[in-house]
Amino acid sequence: MTVEFKLPDLGEGIHEAEIIAVKVKEGEMVKEDQIIFEVETDKAVVEIPSPHAGVVAKIPVAAGQTVKVGCVMIAYDIAAKGQAAPAASPQTATPVAAQAAAQAAPVKQAVAAGNNGAQTQPATKTASGPVPATPATRRLARELGIDLHQVNASGPAGRVLKEDVMAYAAGSLESRIQPSGASNTANTANSASNTSSKTQAAAAPSMKDKYGGTSGDAAPLVALGGNNAPVEYPDFAKYGDVERLPLKSIRRKIAMNMTQAWTHIPHVTHFDEANVTELSSLVTKYEKEFSARSGDNKVRPTLTVFTIKALASALKLYPQFNSSLDENTGEIVIKHYYNIGVAVATERGLIVPVIKNVDQKSFYDIAVELADIAAKTRAGKIELERLQGGTFTLTNIGAIGGTSMSPMVNFPEAAILGMARASQKPIVKDGQIVIGTILPLAMSFDHRLADGAEAAYFVQHVVKLLEDPFKFVLEA
Amino acid sequence: MVVGEMVQEVDLAVIGGGPGGYTAALRAAELGIKTLLIDAAPKPGGVCLHMGCIPSKALLHAAEVIYSSKSAEKIGITFGPAKIDVDALRTWKTGVIDKLSQGIVGMCKSAGVEILHGKATFQDSRSVRVDCPGESAMRIKFKHCILATGSRPVKLPKLFKNEEDINSPKVLDSTSALDLADIPKKLIVVGGGYIGLELGTVYAALGSEVTVVEMTEGLLPGADRDLVRPLANKLGEMFKAIYLNTKVNNISVTKSGVELEVSGKDVPEKLTADKVLISVGRRPNSDGIGLEATQVEIDQFGFVLSDETCRTKDKRIFSIGDISGQPMLAHRAIRQAYVAAEVLAGKPSAFDNRCVPAVVFTEPEVAWCGLTETEAKAKNISFSTAKFPWSASGRAMTIADTNGTTKVLFDPSTSLVLGVGIVGPRAGDLISEAVVAIEMGAVLEDLAVAIHPHPTLSETLNEAAMSALSRLDRQAKKDSEKQISST
Repeated sequence: MTVEFKLPDLGEGIHEAEIIAVKVKEGEMVKEDQIIFEVETDKAVVEIPSPHAGVVAKIPVAAGQTVKVGCVMIAYDIAAKGQAAPAASPQTATPVAAQAAAQAAPVKQAVAAGNNGAQTQPATKTASGPVPATPATRRLARELGIDLHQVNASGPAGRVLKEDVMAYAAGSLESRIQPSGASNTANTANSASNTSSKTQAAAAPSMKDKYGGTSGDAAPLVALGGNNAPVEYPDFAKYGDVERLPLKSIRRKIAMNMTQAWTHIPHVTHFDEANVTELSSLVTKYEKEFSARSGDNKVRPTLTVFTIKALASALKLYPQFNSSLDENTGEIVIKHYYNIGVAVATERGLIVPVIKNVDQKSFYDIAVELADIAAKTRAGKIELERLQGGTFTLTNIGAIGGTSMSPMVNFPEAAILGMARASQKPIVKDGQIVIGTILPLAMSFDHRLADGAEAAYFVQHVVKLLEDPFKFVLEA
Repeated sequence: MVVGEMVQEVDLAVIGGGPGGYTAALRAAELGIKTLLIDAAPKPGGVCLHMGCIPSKALLHAAEVIYSSKSAEKIGITFGPAKIDVDALRTWKTGVIDKLSQGIVGMCKSAGVEILHGKATFQDSRSVRVDCPGESAMRIKFKHCILATGSRPVKLPKLFKNEEDINSPKVLDSTSALDLADIPKKLIVVGGGYIGLELGTVYAALGSEVTVVEMTEGLLPGADRDLVRPLANKLGEMFKAIYLNTKVNNISVTKSGVELEVSGKDVPEKLTADKVLISVGRRPNSDGIGLEATQVEIDQFGFVLSDETCRTKDKRIFSIGDISGQPMLAHRAIRQAYVAAEVLAGKPSAFDNRCVPAVVFTEPEVAWCGLTETEAKAKNISFSTAKFPWSASGRAMTIADTNGTTKVLFDPSTSLVLGVGIVGPRAGDLISEAVVAIEMGAVLEDLAVAIHPHPTLSETLNEAAMSALSRLDRQAKKDSEKQISST
């Protein structure tokens, strides 16, 4: 008996993945749960375990290829004893979720979320037999790397027209950036110039290492919202050597999210400073004790941890910053959960893992979780569901430096808070100049959802908590 | 390695100078790839030009002229028996070939494709040795190679009582038959496929008494029976006998000619003739060229396995044409040649053609493309057909030849055109419209609405599509009436 395994739903909003590595060969005996593929989605690198035990009959895909959800990845010859589970059972259908299941997430829920996301895809036809289309249309589809089976046909007898392929190419870009439902808050976007506090200014990988040399999804980005007119570029090569690289994977996703955030959200940035002298000295005093508790010196009581906690308090007071504007219905969606995304710079680009329900977690819990997600994200091993469901984003470039910034809102959230480097500055206290530790803060927000005064109050609340540890303890 | 062996390095070595090989070389050169064409034959053109398509069509033209002059009696014109100068005919045919061959040489020259004459044998996945007649061997190192070594006639040595006889001038294959050494009084054709029938037609026109022996139950195995029937009727008049379901047990060459022992129903045990033509199929030239030194894999029939981009299991080596599988037809090789050259040039090309047309250049011609009824039934594909008989075609009447049919196979639910079959004069020219229709994903309306010039034979396709549509209309009406009566 031959059983096919198709690329499963990898989570909401994810429709395709690039194959990084094929871990097995045709003819090889594979055990259940053995890792068969490593794929990279817009959000993370995911290992796909085998849902079956059997001999690999065929692997119709290859490393470097971008595959869509539902694409046949591998076919097994399974001994016809009937002990092999059919591919359709929910447990085997969500092998990717198995990874995330380390977090004991209910598997069924993950499936439901995935199905929800799949609805934004055009109806797929059965992949049998050739699709009627003219040779010119077929060539165009091949050039764009589009499977004609996936394209909605508008011609007679299911004939796919050139226009259909163009529309699909544009639509697949759109669908990647369009919210697939109210719960789609998991865009990995953030201000590309910001990095996490934990980021070392390590030697940057070469552009080629980062994006690869092969041509990827070469469709132009013009299909994004806003001005669709093609831009004219000068002949760069006229003035010296240039290199052209494909915009791929995470970089591409970031580019699309940024374009969407910038074109949909009227941004305003509010600047403030927090005198964290007292908090800093307390941190220095208790740092070792704090780390010792977890036995992990990466778990530290950083300013990021306190700021996250301060945000939970501020968001409860000013819920407009924990909302989204649903442009389709014209409604403001206020979220009664407080999930803070933390921007993490990785070699592959910026990724925003989310710490959920920060209002219900202690300083210590948050510090532990922050260390964990930062490490996993950098290693490309972050579980997909920990990249989803954010309501507000925090970005910290303090480790690198800078006096302030103007971060970009993580669409479709309402606001983002940026932390620059906390440094010692002369401050005036009781008529005297003394040395204090000043943390510059900058919050960009969606001016449709809130006004400047509210943003000022919001940031002021955060500042007050960070400046007065005792008050902080009372509030938190 | 031979001492003093010359080594040449090229980006692309194309092995085989047939229509696949030289097209691939020209296209690759056009795309800026440094290409060497290696051909074992002294002149480029391959089987198609020297031993296949071109000489056979030249001779079939001669046959057509002879038959036309005879059938002119029907319209009141009498020529009297044709006088045939076989030497002059042969010279004309050779002239056609030479002219075309020179044309290929000229095209290669202007495209910058070097031609090396010699037999290539793979040393490994990156090089071949080329044994050039009268010169020392060359070693060609390549980055990529396109295999286009073609096919050759199957010989059936086991059928001969004395195996030496296979080389007798009385035993012909398609190659030697086209050389036209002489016109035998009696000719037996073993194999009722398209090669046997085309050559049988030529020899019958030139005066031979032709007998066809076919193992299966019908001529042109694989083609739809309704298309074969008008041809079979005509051949029945043209040939002395056609023995179907008949097996050849052995062949022996005698002093006076050839003798075949055969078995079948209502068939004499022994058939004698001056010559016998063996035309039972062709086999790919994948042996004896050192493929075992590469990663190339071949199937049980000797065809080289390759993917949609014509790439073999050895990633440096591509295969096109007869060596790469059925149908073994020049026009398939030519399209594959484009694909392979374009893929090598980094273009997104693939052999994704929806149909490869087949044409039998007999009298009348039989041509088809896309789905056949035979294939549809074998694969359980749902289809409907509509036919237009040429007896109703004005144009067919004016050429005094209404022995033809045009048939459309379509999907009854979408009216998508799935296949077309035509039998009749010039069917081979008419089929191209159907090929384009299928490639374009045409529906019946497309063929019905497009204006076809009147009076031409091409109208028969238009008419067939219209009759298919009116049948669908009637069916729809019936269905809706049924619905009304049941409610």
